[in-house]
Amino acid sequence: MELSDATFVARARSGDTGAFRVLVERHSRTLFRMAFRMTGNESDAEDVVQESLLRAYKQLAKFDERAAFGTWLYRIAMNCSLDLVRARKRRSEQLAPSDPEMDDPLLSLPSGDATPDRLAMSGEVRDRVTEAMNDLSASERTAFVLRHFEGMCIEDVSRVLGCQPGAAKHSVFRAVQKLRRALEPLVSPAK
Amino acid sequence: MNHLKEEQLVLYYYGEEGDTLTAERHLEVCGQCRELYSCLQRVLNVVDSLPVPERGAEYGLQVWQRLERQIAGRRGARWTAWLRPVPWRWAAAGAALAALLVTAFLAGRYYPQAGRPAVQLASAGLRPDLQANQGVLMVAVGDYLDRSQMVLIELANANPKAGLDISAEQARAGDLVSETRLYRQTAAHTGDTAVASVLDELERVLLDITHAPSELTPEQLATLRNRLEAEGILFKIRVLGSNVRNQELPAGTTAGQKL
Repeated sequence: MELSDATFVARARSGDTGAFRVLVERHSRTLFRMAFRMTGNESDAEDVVQESLLRAYKQLAKFDERAAFGTWLYRIAMNCSLDLVRARKRRSEQLAPSDPEMDDPLLSLPSGDATPDRLAMSGEVRDRVTEAMNDLSASERTAFVLRHFEGMCIEDVSRVLGCQPGAAKHSVFRAVQKLRRALEPLVSPAK
Repeated sequence: MNHLKEEQLVLYYYGEEGDTLTAERHLEVCGQCRELYSCLQRVLNVVDSLPVPERGAEYGLQVWQRLERQIAGRRGARWTAWLRPVPWRWAAAGAALAALLVTAFLAGRYYPQAGRPAVQLASAGLRPDLQANQGVLMVAVGDYLDRSQMVLIELANANPKAGLDISAEQARAGDLVSETRLYRQTAAHTGDTAVASVLDELERVLLDITHAPSELTPEQLATLRNRLEAEGILFKIRVLGSNVRNQELPAGTTAGQKL
């Protein structure tokens, strides 16, 4: 029978790095998927996995054993992703002067003769979705990833974001609204 | 007819809208809102189709291999931080020379001499035939002193701009208190008052750390740092540790030799 996370957490807390290795091996892939959705970038997602596991190791003594280790780790990773996305946004704002064409992703959309069926199979859709996701603010993106992909309830989303549930709900709404505006031309049936 | 707002549609999609029945009924009869909701579903379906690069079964092991180096590096950094010359340590060097004399040699004094019982050491899990196991004892004492040093060094070298969470250090300090007490009692029992005094000082510092708030303000941390510097406790422990390490004798060479 496979031992629980709690068993390995207890061993890791007493200095058994082998036990922490088991936890790393168990959770890395899930963390990577979540981090990739948050950052939209493979290399950044790798960094988030590494950083969040290192943070978890350093903070293991603070972990409340009554909680689920996976959930705790997940929140650390979410915060790492959030830090990275925010830092990236700050950097891009500093480096790139405002370009109206870049600000409006709809201006660079393909011509309207592309049907949704055709586009669904192309890398173009992927690029447009990635761009639309990148246009979300850090809190919108986090709220959306947690709610949409991870299926977290609004209360849990608000805990991760450190805001009121109403604000978290509004972030989810704003994210979906932005995505709809950016992607609607791709999914509308050809007239 | 009042149409559903976009926010209501989004919340309805996620099952967050309180009055779902009303939204459902409205969508049944309102083509405009139904079209908007359908568009929303299509957009979110496209978002779902965004591929996530796959990671194989060996990915966890690869992550661990990278992480292990960082963890090892972190430990190394802690230890080498101690070796870096910091002005206050050099300033304490003079005092340390005196401390070197008065702190005597802990390990040698721990060995039961003729007529002296080895009750405390035996209770620490050490075998009574200490004369034949001097190396083992030295390793145990050296390890204990290393761990004490590391707790104090981490706090002495921390220089946060905001508050510092020291709960991890507190837990380790708490573990060390009972060991310190045991060694202090042993030193007192063997009549080594100088060593007992250093250990008494260390025990009080560890107790204060254990009972301090788990989050220290920069000011509280500065006070603690000043105290460690003023008392020279770190230096004393370091000297004591060096002496003990020097006595980690190869088995069978000079076992039983007194310091």
